[in-house]
Amino acid sequence: MLNVKVGVGLPNTIPGTSGEVLVEWARRADAGPFGTLGVLDRLVYDSIEPFAALSAAAAVTSRIGLATNIAIGPLRSPALLAKHALSVDALSGGRFTLGLGVGARRDDYEAAGVSRGTRGAALSEQLAYLRGQLEESGIGPARPSIDLLVGGSSGAAFTRMARYGDGYAHGGGPPRAFGSAANRARAAWRDLERTGEPILWGQGYFAFGDPDRGSDYLRDYYAFTGPFAEKIAAGNLTSARAVRDFVRGYEAEGCDELILYPTVASLDELERLAEAVS
Amino acid sequence: MRVSVVGGGPSGLYLAILLRKTGHDVSVVERNTPDATFGWGVVFSEETLGSLRDADYPTYLEITDSFARWTSIDIHYQGEVLRSSGHTFSAIRRTHLLDILQRRARSLGAELTFQQEVTSSESDADLVVAADGSNSVLRKRFAAEFGSSVTPQGCKYVWFGTDLVLDAFTFVFRKTEHGLFQVHAYPFDEHTSTWIVETTEATWRRAGLDRMSEEDSMAFCQSLFAPELGDHRLMSNKSIWLDFPLVRNESWHHGNLVLIGDAAHTAHFSIGSGTKLAMEDAIALANAVERYPSSVEQALVDYELERQPAVERFQQAAGDSAAYFSRVASHLGLAPIQFAANLLTRSGRISHANLMQRDPRFVRVLDAWFAASASDAPLVPGAVAPPPMFAPLRVGGLTLRNRVVRAVSTPDLANAAKAGAGLVLTGFVAVAEDGRTTPDCPVLDDSWAAVVKEVHDTGPLIGVRLGHAGRRGATRPSGGVDVPLRGGWPLVSASPLPYTPFSAVPAELTEAGMARIRDDFVAAAERAREAGFDALELDLAEGYLLASFLSALTNRREDAYGVNPPRFPLSVVDAVRAVWPGLLVARLTITDWARGGTTVEQGIDHARAVAEHGADLVHVRAGHTTATSRPEYRRGYLTTLSDRVRNEAGVPTLVGGYLTTPDEVNTVVAAGRADLCLFDPPPSPLERQS
Repeated sequence: MLNVKVGVGLPNTIPGTSGEVLVEWARRADAGPFGTLGVLDRLVYDSIEPFAALSAAAAVTSRIGLATNIAIGPLRSPALLAKHALSVDALSGGRFTLGLGVGARRDDYEAAGVSRGTRGAALSEQLAYLRGQLEESGIGPARPSIDLLVGGSSGAAFTRMARYGDGYAHGGGPPRAFGSAANRARAAWRDLERTGEPILWGQGYFAFGDPDRGSDYLRDYYAFTGPFAEKIAAGNLTSARAVRDFVRGYEAEGCDELILYPTVASLDELERLAEAVS
Repeated sequence: MRVSVVGGGPSGLYLAILLRKTGHDVSVVERNTPDATFGWGVVFSEETLGSLRDADYPTYLEITDSFARWTSIDIHYQGEVLRSSGHTFSAIRRTHLLDILQRRARSLGAELTFQQEVTSSESDADLVVAADGSNSVLRKRFAAEFGSSVTPQGCKYVWFGTDLVLDAFTFVFRKTEHGLFQVHAYPFDEHTSTWIVETTEATWRRAGLDRMSEEDSMAFCQSLFAPELGDHRLMSNKSIWLDFPLVRNESWHHGNLVLIGDAAHTAHFSIGSGTKLAMEDAIALANAVERYPSSVEQALVDYELERQPAVERFQQAAGDSAAYFSRVASHLGLAPIQFAANLLTRSGRISHANLMQRDPRFVRVLDAWFAASASDAPLVPGAVAPPPMFAPLRVGGLTLRNRVVRAVSTPDLANAAKAGAGLVLTGFVAVAEDGRTTPDCPVLDDSWAAVVKEVHDTGPLIGVRLGHAGRRGATRPSGGVDVPLRGGWPLVSASPLPYTPFSAVPAELTEAGMARIRDDFVAAAERAREAGFDALELDLAEGYLLASFLSALTNRREDAYGVNPPRFPLSVVDAVRAVWPGLLVARLTITDWARGGTTVEQGIDHARAVAEHGADLVHVRAGHTTATSRPEYRRGYLTTLSDRVRNEAGVPTLVGGYLTTPDEVNTVVAAGRADLCLFDPPPSPLERQS
């Protein structure tokens, strides 16, 4: 029995994914050995909006957790973001976890008409709003508090996480990189004198059936990072053994929930992941 | 595959050897002559030798046949030579290493061309390797693509040879009227040693070395180290004073051009890893080419994924080591054995536990000396003592039974007291209702005697952390920190600036307000005394009220209570000291980690000031003066600040920074980086299972 819960991503950012596949994916994940369905967020890309994708998933699932991991907070106004989050939580009967970060793409900010230069400060304000003002804003539906995860890798990001979050959402990489970030998250948590421990989430990518197609997708999705895209593509997990090693590596570093994102939007992939992790 | 290697140093030649062995066409082009070299000998570790043996046995044999090997480190300090053993080093003359590699590469059929400049990566080769050193011409052509940065690191240094044959890695520290000079020296063959002289730029200028010729500066060094060199002479090989260039690249390849060795990265010479890293790069690159024979791109990505994390760790350690040598002059007050312990553990790669394995004799003496000096007793020959974390500490008229401090919120105090600490500290306790952080924040009222007794009954001393929240007051008790309370109480601070964008704007504290709050501190200190607390920790940190007067970011006052001198906080220290007989700890922000805020130098001045006003100990903190500070949460991220406060301001310190293992505590206190450590181990399932 693993101490880390394994979640699976919805293929909402894989270009061309149909609503039918997305919904069926969610239904089967709910019946599988997964803790959470995660979604990624990109604006200027052929992808389905994360809160919309989770709303669709909420309608056909009853058990599995739903999470943005992460959503690019500053692209939305604090009030609108809160409305989306409360709505998904209400639709799913309280199964929602809100993971927020600043994202990395310039064009997403340009298209949204939001200043990228102040994205860190904007995310902090947004988190402060969700923790505070939201309560008296009149924005509903009223929900019990939603778990709030915060991503990022700078000292300021870890501080922001520890000040406002319930935990940390890591952006992906080998277990050792996660472990190093997790230690920073724990150090920040102590530094801000929070009690207990931060919740720690990790993520990875997989493709069993057609790894080349999966890696091509990653190269395209991360093209904006320049040469780094190749390294992300090289980290695509392409066998059951690689997935299991990865899960064990994350477990050893104290990960609470590891979301594995598909890079090929085929339902076979979900079945094979379920076999690999159960 | 056809491979063109630019640069005939160790990494380029070794790569040529390895690639020839798997049948690739390799040509190496070097701008200099085959026997040209800069510097003298190069050092390897045991671990590197293992890799070299596996990668190419014939060169391994030749290299190890001509090695100088030794296991000791000698530290010349204040007239003593302290020797630590059990460290395995080996070194070789650089020209000899190159000769071995050139012959082997040639015999395997690599084409070597010397005295030919290559400035373009255009080539009909499948793979072009930039092995052309820290000053790489090929890297510079694509600096933007590689994300290159080259910045000077550490001290000024000059690289000599000497015919003094050493039998240990040797550090010499020589105090002069101009400042401190240090030597890093090691043997590399039967006749010769490398002798590197290093000093800060300020000392270098004061000594006039910036204006001296090569000959004069060598004569200066010769005479400076005459006691060690004796009749032996220094030798120059274009030996001029340099800045060490720290080379980093975000990406190590661009198209079919790849960086290896110093072209890709450098690590400060004081951890002696440049050649080691370069040859390991060559091995990793050759392996990657073998793994992905049909895709250069995949091979280069694989090489980077393998090498970048390893090199980053070395660069981190090398950076810590370089920084150590640039401020080692502040350690001249340390006793020789503690000075040596600090030096040996400078880069974070060797801890008290590692040292115990390498050199149990050194650690026995270190621990025994530490225990003896903790109780002002002489060191008895053959003495044994528990590890440093269990040595008592006498400070502020008290004796703590060990060096471990636990800081916990009030409900957990009794449990923390049973966890073996010498001192337990409460969380933030407000001096008055309006100085609370949250509605749940405890106040120093008359209810604390029972808590104190409960802790005392289990052994440790107990301290109370007294503060006034200032502009960080009136926040919610859960679901994050600094989230303002609805309808909170009015706030005060040095200047009317809110802590977060949603925080209430505090009122500028008036003179009458200062008097009242100072009285609150005094009254609280008196109640703490009545309750039986042993220590009082005055909170002058992290943007709370007293701290808000210490930083230019939060104190914009133009009256008599501006940042310099910090009259109000120091008046509170004075007033509390007057009524508080026990241990007085100042919890102090040493740097704001924010632009325009308190710098480390200013923070050390503040530490000096609070000590002059009666604080016995400084609890070293940093950041959070503003909500936008940028801490760097590395392991032990406050330790260097504590070292600086302790050794530059001469004030005993307590430091935290997520220290989670006894080994970290032992290392920090044994090396004199702090006197006490906040110990913060994460819970372990083993505790439940035991």
